[in-house]
Amino acid sequence: MLLEMAADGFGDRVALGPSDGGLTYRDLYDSAGAASVRFRADGGSHVAMADLSSAALPVSLFGAAWAGLPFVPLNYRLTDDELAALASRISPAIIIVDPDSPDRLTGIDGIGLLSRRALMDLVDGADPPEPEWDMTGEGTAIELFTSGATGEPKAAVLRHRHLVSYVLGSVEFMGAHEDEAALVSVPPYHVAGIAAILSNVYAGRRVVQLPTFDAHDWVTLLRAESVTSAMVVPTMLTRIVEVLDAEGPDGPGLPTLRSLSYGGGRMPSPTIQRALELLPTTAFVNAYGLTETSSTVALLGPDEHREAMASADPVVRARLGSAGRPLPTIQVTIRDDLGDEVAVGQPGEIWVRGEQVSGEYRGSAPRLTADGWFPTHDGGWMDADGFLHVTGRIDDVIVKGGQNVSPGEIEEVLVCHPAVADAAAIGLPDRQWGERIIAAVVLHPGASASSDELRDTVRDRLRSNRTPDHVEFVGSLPYNDTGKLLRRVLRSDLAHLGDGSTG
Amino acid sequence: MPSLKPGSRFTSSVCTTQVIVVKGAGEVDLRCGGAPMLAAGAAADGGLPAEGASGGTLMGKRYVDPDETVEVLCTKPGDGSLGIGDALLDLKEAKPLPASD
Repeated sequence: MLLEMAADGFGDRVALGPSDGGLTYRDLYDSAGAASVRFRADGGSHVAMADLSSAALPVSLFGAAWAGLPFVPLNYRLTDDELAALASRISPAIIIVDPDSPDRLTGIDGIGLLSRRALMDLVDGADPPEPEWDMTGEGTAIELFTSGATGEPKAAVLRHRHLVSYVLGSVEFMGAHEDEAALVSVPPYHVAGIAAILSNVYAGRRVVQLPTFDAHDWVTLLRAESVTSAMVVPTMLTRIVEVLDAEGPDGPGLPTLRSLSYGGGRMPSPTIQRALELLPTTAFVNAYGLTETSSTVALLGPDEHREAMASADPVVRARLGSAGRPLPTIQVTIRDDLGDEVAVGQPGEIWVRGEQVSGEYRGSAPRLTADGWFPTHDGGWMDADGFLHVTGRIDDVIVKGGQNVSPGEIEEVLVCHPAVADAAAIGLPDRQWGERIIAAVVLHPGASASSDELRDTVRDRLRSNRTPDHVEFVGSLPYNDTGKLLRRVLRSDLAHLGDGSTG
Repeated sequence: MPSLKPGSRFTSSVCTTQVIVVKGAGEVDLRCGGAPMLAAGAAADGGLPAEGASGGTLMGKRYVDPDETVEVLCTKPGDGSLGIGDALLDLKEAKPLPASD
């Protein structure tokens, strides 16, 4: 329906690729229709994709919706065994695959493979069928497997009504000017990768894809395509800032970039502050959301970034690290362990409610309360003006001597130390305290700082029970490719720093 | 009388207008071109928008009643004007959010 409106409203605009010779909205609509015929003929229950971003992504995404089948973007970086396990769970299905690795996923019962190239050849110039699709929005649009950080991956279910609510609630139809282009470097199996396609199609903004993120390539492509907006995860922005810094004060900068949004993890404050300095004319947007909430539920807007950056008031200044305010279509509350709302400024769990919130996993009932509230498992607090501060996953909270300690606040202090490039705080078993606080620290090349110096830095800024019991210097921290810190991996790598007790 | 809920879709009986309900619930006398709107998929009756309800609809625009209890989004434009009973809906001025995707 969203694509149909785009094709009707501005069919001749370029939807995808270079401004000269890219795929128009009419082309994309026709291709999605032709793809739907192929998907239906297959007779499977799902359409999946285990491939990098390409034109086949929007064609398959909209084609699957047209065919009334759930679209399942799979993480092509998984091992063959892990990928095969996920494929069996959605069988019978057709899976779009990378023509360069045709042997992956062969021989699985009920799984048919279609290479990206074969799909694009098939839909090229084909006539679409008459539109005919489910109008209720109850059908499943997307199943997204979570990264499985805490065990077996679960498939989050987003129905058409959730995604349509998100897009209608946050994007103005044809809101983009004809010269606007969005650079998408987030992979398809991240909810932001899907939201980017839907939002930009509805806004009429041309999409330029960078299939594999590299900061140099990102900057080069952005300049070549005169990109006006982009979305990045924090680890990407850190690399981009390094590239721009290396070009020096006389470098070309990114003058075409009007808007840069970021989300998907905690943004180190040195990175965002440096980015604001390097890109003085770019509007920064911090978007907070989860897969289960159809992407963004709260935003820190451009003016709020600059106000916070310029303010001497610590409350306003702290908003630079906040997720901003909820979307107009979303309600947010902070609740304690018993599910009761806490007072303004008090920490608790972030709960959200709105039409776009699914909170549903395949094979189980939605995890919404009877009146529609979803517990995010993220910790946070709200300031007096309604700015939401996200402190991290509740499961990552360190419990030392009965006190809850958010790793995020320790990490934030550490990364502001000039010698520190990156930092993570974790809890490891301790007989006396339940957990001890271990800080894993990556220093800038050539920089030095002692363990005591870093512990003192934290002690000076935070309450003394936040001081790390031990600082471990490491060469790098484990991240997945969408910039999420793998705390479980770190806990296991540093397990010898605990005392082996089981709490 | 059409029964509204968010996500339900209606088509004009006298022009090409189609809408999706963004906000609103229950029985509402939703009209286009002065004639009751039909559930999506129903064939238009023909005829022309009534005088006073022929200002037309704009693609992708939202229309609201004065209390903002009902809001619909135009998914296909046409020659009729949207209304509830004899009262026309207003074009809702958008407060654009910054692009986050």
